[in-house]
Order: sequence, then structure tokens, then C-alpha cells
Amino acid sequence: MLSKREKELISNIWERLTPVAEDIGAEALLRMFTTFPGTKTYFSHLDISPRSPHMLSHGKKIVLAIAEGAKDISQLTVTLGPLQTLHAYQLRIDPTNFKLFSHCMLVTLACFMGENFTPVVHAAMDKYLSAFAAVLAEKYR
Amino acid sequence: MVEWTDQERTLIANIFANLDYEDIVKPDVSCHHSLCLRCLIVYPWTQRYFGGFGNLYNADAIMNNPMISAHGVKILHGLDRAVKNMDDIKNAYATLSELHSEKLHVDPDNFRLLSDCLSIVIASKMGYDFTPDLQAAWQKFLTVVVFALGRQYH
Repeated sequence: MLSKREKELISNIWERLTPVAEDIGAEALLRMFTTFPGTKTYFSHLDISPRSPHMLSHGKKIVLAIAEGAKDISQLTVTLGPLQTLHAYQLRIDPTNFKLFSHCMLVTLACFMGENFTPVVHAAMDKYLSAFAAVLAEKYR
Repeated sequence: MVEWTDQERTLIANIFANLDYEDIVKPDVSCHHSLCLRCLIVYPWTQRYFGGFGNLYNADAIMNNPMISAHGVKILHGLDRAVKNMDDIKNAYATLSELHSEKLHVDPDNFRLLSDCLSIVIASKMGYDFTPDLQAAWQKFLTVVVFALGRQYH
């Protein structure tokens, strides 16, 4: 459960990340593909070399979706409606992979924010990304 | 038997060479790099194993608890054992695994939680020097360690 303070923290951080969405997104994806090679199986149709145009555009898409959700976390199910349908019926990515991506996103944020990625920020971010992943998988079955 | 490339061995050895254990575990003013307490704050249910450690009531209390800090150093020294025995982590950890199962009764999923926290602490400390390739080698190492620690459970 996210406290009011945590929701504000999350909302602020993602607003600040929006201008560098493609860098953060591409970095997180690259880390995921390098650390957990099984995740590459979903991307055989894209060029996933570091910072390729595909990686930048796909990374940007993901970060902007996460940032959009962060604006009003209590409305996540509404905000993510279309993405829920996409993932459940078209993409059908095994939800275990959401955890792997979330971990790599946390590592990316830790590299980016350094000292400012405190335990409190880490906890809030982990909770938010878990909630996001759970909502994303809601229509699977 | 786990196969390590020369590159992986070098990368993992480098992380340890650059790890200042005291820095990773000590709480400074904004408690950036403290491993054990990060785990206790991010995954509060892990506090169940630290009943005898005094005040863990909130993040501040945990941050200032010297027993927690000392425990973090112990854990990192335990990881040292794996680095020194990379070709047989399974056996190097046999007694530690038994200890965690039979005496400490720690749910082995906690090893994964701690290892995720450690990756993030290291990322936070090293910044972009913690490259994707380094992260991958490190993750492989931690996965082997976590598996070895859970092996004697029955």
C-alpha cells in the first residue's frame, strides 16, 4: 500500500524523468536483455542493440506509460485499461518478466539517482512498479 | 558445475575489490549505502528474523541500529567466501545453507530479496560504472550464491 507521501514522491520523480524518458527506458531494457537473456525472446522483431532507434522509442513508450500512471496512482486500473488489453490478448508476455523489468528499472534509477535513491525512495518505487505490473496483468485470466 | 568466462571472473572480482564493506553497511546521514537496513526497509517482513536486534520500529530506528550494521558486514564477508571459491560455490556454502535452514529457519526467498537489494546498493554507489555487462555477471554470481544457500533445505 502506498502512503500519500509515497504517492507524491513517485509522482514527482516520474515527472522529472519524463524529459529523459528514452534514455532511462532504453537503459532499463538493455540491462534486462543483458542480465536476463530469456526476455529477448519477445523482441525478435526489433533491433535491440544498445541505444538503437527501436530501443530508444520502445524505452520511451514504456517510461511515459509508467509516468502517466504515476500522476494518479489511485486510477491505475483506468489509466492502464488499453495497455491491459494489449498485454493480455496481443503481446501475452509472461508476467514474471514484469518483475525482471521492474528490477532493471530500479537498477537504472539507482545508477541515475545515486545517493538520492535512498531506501525510502527505493521502497516506494518498488511498491509502485509492483502495483503497475499487477494491474497490467489483470486481464490475463 | 557453473562455467565462468574469464571476463565474468574479472568483473566479479573487480566489484569486490572496490567494495568497501564498512561503506556498504554503515548508515551515514542519509543512509545511502546500507545494505541490511535497505532490505529491512524495502521488504519490512524480513524484520521477522531480527527480533533480538532491538529497535526496528521505523526507518530511522533501523538506520541507527548498530547490530544491523554489524550483521551487514557479516553477510558481505559470507559473500567473500563465494568469490574465493567460484568453481565450487555449492560445496563452499554447504554448512552455511544448513545453518540458515536448520538453525535460523530463514525462508530461502529472502536470499533473493537481499541479493536484489545488494545489486541496487552497488548500482547506487557505482552509478553508470555498473554497466549492463557488469550487472549481468553480478546477477549470474548472485543467482549461483542464492541457489547454493538454498540447497541444503529439505
